[in-house]
Amino acid sequence: MEKIIIINTGSSNILSLKRAVEKFNHNVTVTEDSKTILSGDKIFFPGVGAFKKVMETIEKKKLIETLGQVKEKKIPLFGICLGLQLFFDESEEFGPSKGLGLIGGNVKKLPTDPKEKSKIPNMGWFKLNINKQFTSKNFSKFVNSLNEKDLYYFVHSYFVNPSEKTNIVATYNFAGYEIPAIVSKDTLIGCQFHPEKSGKKGLELISNFLKLAI
Amino acid sequence: MLKRIIPCLDVKNGRVVKGINFINLVDAGDPSEQAKFYSENGADEICFLDITASNENRNTILDVVKKTSEQCFVPLTVGGGVRNLKDISNLLSSGADKVSINTAAVNNKNIVKESAENFGSQCTVIAIDAKKISENKWEVFTHGGRNSTGKDVLNYAKEVEELGAGEILLTSMDRDGTKKGYDLKLTELISNSVNIPVIASGGVGNLEHLYDGLKKGKASAALAASIFHFGEFSIQDAKKYLDSKGIPVRI
Repeated sequence: MEKIIIINTGSSNILSLKRAVEKFNHNVTVTEDSKTILSGDKIFFPGVGAFKKVMETIEKKKLIETLGQVKEKKIPLFGICLGLQLFFDESEEFGPSKGLGLIGGNVKKLPTDPKEKSKIPNMGWFKLNINKQFTSKNFSKFVNSLNEKDLYYFVHSYFVNPSEKTNIVATYNFAGYEIPAIVSKDTLIGCQFHPEKSGKKGLELISNFLKLAI
Repeated sequence: MLKRIIPCLDVKNGRVVKGINFINLVDAGDPSEQAKFYSENGADEICFLDITASNENRNTILDVVKKTSEQCFVPLTVGGGVRNLKDISNLLSSGADKVSINTAAVNNKNIVKESAENFGSQCTVIAIDAKKISENKWEVFTHGGRNSTGKDVLNYAKEVEELGAGEILLTSMDRDGTKKGYDLKLTELISNSVNIPVIASGGVGNLEHLYDGLKKGKASAALAASIFHFGEFSIQDAKKYLDSKGIPVRI
């Protein structure tokens, strides 16, 4: 059985994610220890809360370098919500804050459209629009299993803006804008929504990541 | 944007008050059984409200939340008796996705700011118990509508938004438990005045009330307890009804 790691970013939704992963694989370790992280076959990188605060925690736990090594060692890494945002170069949340720089681009505040009376944080269930241009040999099975009819639970105020649009796997429509919902580069993938809180379809997505042979 | 339907579990001493015995539920009073049922049957979120009067058994509550969240794969909001950041952090690490703060936020607005900064706006829900005091004017009450605060609901809602609240759970104390429907004027006033989602609460007695709260009240989400618990309607009944009336929902 593959060894699954959930990186302890000190944020609060780790229990939910662990329970969701354990539905498919019981060999799950929640850790902040660099060596243990690097011994994993697949790694989850969850996060909720404020970008700057979580980045500080990661720095304190000396995980910046570890995450770089995860990428170099090509261990599949799945970022969730803020976890995905932290992959990027920087975020404008609470003033510009530096991120991990694993995927080129930045994190910006969700656009507002007064006509739409859109509320921020954006909270709720949305369908995905799959980017037909996206190709990846690592994640093709995962991407092929996505269905534009399925709904996932989003809750966020900031969104990722990759500099290479070819990194976008899927978007969703918010107030008339196409907001990146799943982004991937090399052996990294991340989603803005919460698969661990998106009912049956979310659990399927986690299972599909676990099934990948990379 | 899809509107959310949120069943609310009122939990007293670890047991769901007024829980109904759904088919396949071994123990209807067990919040974890109820949460699992709703999670698998179309609820967009679940609200867990601890209405235990005493404050002495916080640890018991945490155990109940831990068990309730175990089979709940949709967002879970937990409220009731939240006094400080430690309470919030304990609830979040017990599996709550959002924490609803009521009296503590009225007494000390810093808790709203600190919760947003430490845990994020997305999990900081401010519960407002509103009582009508005159035409188009509502006052914030605490302790289940017993204590008046002198605060105007509209101003208070804007204030907590400014402080970083991510959502407002707006309950009409006049309508709560009456089955006469939401206070639509109140709901509309607050929904139109803040840029964060508002959950309508208090008074749902039939499916049309859900429609009214979302359509006329302009709420982002509709919360109800008894119509679901007593088995009068399932979540899917509610959603099919709303869908047929043109309200976008997750079916």
